Amino acid sequence: MEGRGHIVHEKAQTLPPPVMSVGIARWLKDNLFSSPSNVVLTFVVIYVLWLIVPPFLDWAIFDAVWYATSRAECWDTGDGACWAVVVTRFDQFVYGDYPVSERWRANLAFVLLFVALAPVLFDGIPWRRHLVGFSIAYPVVAYILLIGGFGLPEVETARFGGFLLTIVIGITGISASLPLGILLALGRQSDLFIIRVLCVAFIEFIRGVPLITLLFVASTLLNYFMPPGTSFNLLVRVLIMVTLFSAAYLAEVIRGGLQAMPAGQYEAAKSLGLPYWKTMRLVILPQALKISIPGIVNSFIALYKDTTLVIIIGLLDPLGIGKATLSDTTWQGLSTEVYVFVAIFFFLCCFGMSRYSAWLERRLHTGH
Amino acid sequence: MTVHPDVEPGRDFRLSDIWTNERSRSLVIQIVALLVLFLTLAWIVNNTVQNLENLGVETGYGFLEQPASYDINQRLVEYSSRSTHARAALVGFLNTVLVAVTGIIFATLLGFMVGVLRLSNNWLVSRLMTAYVEFTRNVPVLLHILLWYGIVLHVLPHPKEAIEPISGLFLSNRGFYLPRPVFEDFAWVIPASLVATLVGVYLFARHARRVQERTGKIYPVLSMSLAAIIAVPVVAYFAAGSPAHLDWPALKGFNYKGGIALKPEFFALWFALSIYTAAFIAEIVRGGIVAVSHGQTEAAFSLGIKPGWTMRLVVIPQALRVIVPPLISQYLNLTKNSSLAIAVGYMDLTATIGRISLNQTGRALECMSILLTIYLLISLMISAFMNWYNKRIRLVER
Repeated sequence: MEGRGHIVHEKAQTLPPPVMSVGIARWLKDNLFSSPSNVVLTFVVIYVLWLIVPPFLDWAIFDAVWYATSRAECWDTGDGACWAVVVTRFDQFVYGDYPVSERWRANLAFVLLFVALAPVLFDGIPWRRHLVGFSIAYPVVAYILLIGGFGLPEVETARFGGFLLTIVIGITGISASLPLGILLALGRQSDLFIIRVLCVAFIEFIRGVPLITLLFVASTLLNYFMPPGTSFNLLVRVLIMVTLFSAAYLAEVIRGGLQAMPAGQYEAAKSLGLPYWKTMRLVILPQALKISIPGIVNSFIALYKDTTLVIIIGLLDPLGIGKATLSDTTWQGLSTEVYVFVAIFFFLCCFGMSRYSAWLERRLHTGH
Repeated sequence: MTVHPDVEPGRDFRLSDIWTNERSRSLVIQIVALLVLFLTLAWIVNNTVQNLENLGVETGYGFLEQPASYDINQRLVEYSSRSTHARAALVGFLNTVLVAVTGIIFATLLGFMVGVLRLSNNWLVSRLMTAYVEFTRNVPVLLHILLWYGIVLHVLPHPKEAIEPISGLFLSNRGFYLPRPVFEDFAWVIPASLVATLVGVYLFARHARRVQERTGKIYPVLSMSLAAIIAVPVVAYFAAGSPAHLDWPALKGFNYKGGIALKPEFFALWFALSIYTAAFIAEIVRGGIVAVSHGQTEAAFSLGIKPGWTMRLVVIPQALRVIVPPLISQYLNLTKNSSLAIAVGYMDLTATIGRISLNQTGRALECMSILLTIYLLISLMISAFMNWYNKRIRLVER
């Protein structure tokens, strides 16, 4: 009897997937044209970008003037940005008024900074244990290199400027404020009433006022508070204020981490017979600091950005150099170029820090 | 016979027991801390008194009544160089409030928009917003202010070629000139009617909520309230016989006279602070929305609640719990950052009492104490509000 159907013995040919469900087309459909409103949005954004980006690139790169001796010459040569102002004053932006013959010392200190930071930041590098010793000694080394001593001629801190000054204030503030912030956070959580009240008062006071008013205090009032006749260095005063300011913010971040620790951790440490400081050092702080990493790094970034405020009490950080440059008649009116240049420097530093913190968070992530 | 629990019986008291006993040790630490604090304070006060004597400076707040003899170009209340230092401080304080309030409004709008758009499923939009947030957050706010100040001065035309967006409003590099309302007798009717309307709207909304809870009947509260808030003051204005007119700015010589002037310094500061803070707010908003678990949306959908209502009634109330506390601390940051006004010459609190008055009178202690107290009061008030809010919205758990 004849069968009504028939059996196909060879395998059916595999058809390629529909064009819209693979590759670029799929990606475009999912990410740019997934709904009518998204289509409109995409075209609006493309139009806005087209309005902004090409003119900006023309200004910043294609029509820009890189070498000139004055603004007038710049404006004769091209319509774009006059980067010549930055190129001509580059050394000032980097070193400020640091003596030219001694600048190798700043360079060396900068290179050594990375040697000192590497073992602290990354745990996979060789000879880490020995290098950590160098990291601890680095502040002394940097002090001698930058300021003088051991046969190196002395350089007054008033001559520090530019990115050098930013890095000096930033790194000193960061490394000094972390331990102080931890102590303040522990003090705020302490069972000792008076210690707790003192820490809360300090933290709330510092967090309640803007940094520049504290810098004003440093520049106007600190001399009243010291015994008659003492005068101490403006940079040191700024460092103290920046450190105290940042420590108060760090203390609040770390307190959050401490409060997130379950009581079981304290009880376990206690049942092992660990005294207070050992409990903190071996059990609580490693965990509390780990969960506060994003907040801690955000505070560091904030401190680094806040170093620009020293211009208001007369230190010449990159912005100060920029303002001084702009008040020179040869370069007047180029504020956009100068500030964009300084902004790029800060962006690179701060973005680098936030990327590092994201990496560290992933690395230390031990949960599931 | 009583034996101290930590000391073995039959052993004499030793001095080291004070340190080994937990209770006495904590007492010792606290006493030492207090002593150190008082000694330091006494030392500082002593030094200050000596220094002031050596310099022969007068002290006291009497200088606040003396004429300030400096000019303030941006002011909300009457002020001239013959006004007192106290008046200058008030003008500065109001300028701080002006830039803080307008900045907070703009930063909140922009921040919420950017935060929501960062979560958009449109790749281009979310990337663009990420770029905005990263570029803005990682550059110091002072740099933003100076950069925008430069741009505002460059881009805006001279007074003679001022831009006139709406007839009678002038935008130039001398500032933005707006008509100023001048109030006559009976003008108090307008604010009074507004307050009365607001109270009425509040009562109506409460009543509507009760009715809805009891019967399920829904009144159009939002549209009716908005209509009332706009209509009642307008009616009151005409009923009182139009007791206000506008003082229009006009070009006289090289600059505008009359009206209210918002200076370019104000614009640069306001814009820079707003876009800087908006980047932080955007991150907070994004975090808050992400923090509401997806199950909440799914549960709402499975109950048949419309997407718009789901967002309004389910997601946003829960996201706000996460968003509001850091949002308010951003508002506080914006207010504190407004003290950077000094960099562009906008006369805020810090620039008046903390800088020019201080330099003219040499009363560093007095000026700084006033300045720090005002900032502290503002932030303590905001923290108090935040604590109250946190307590109110805390999840009630059993």
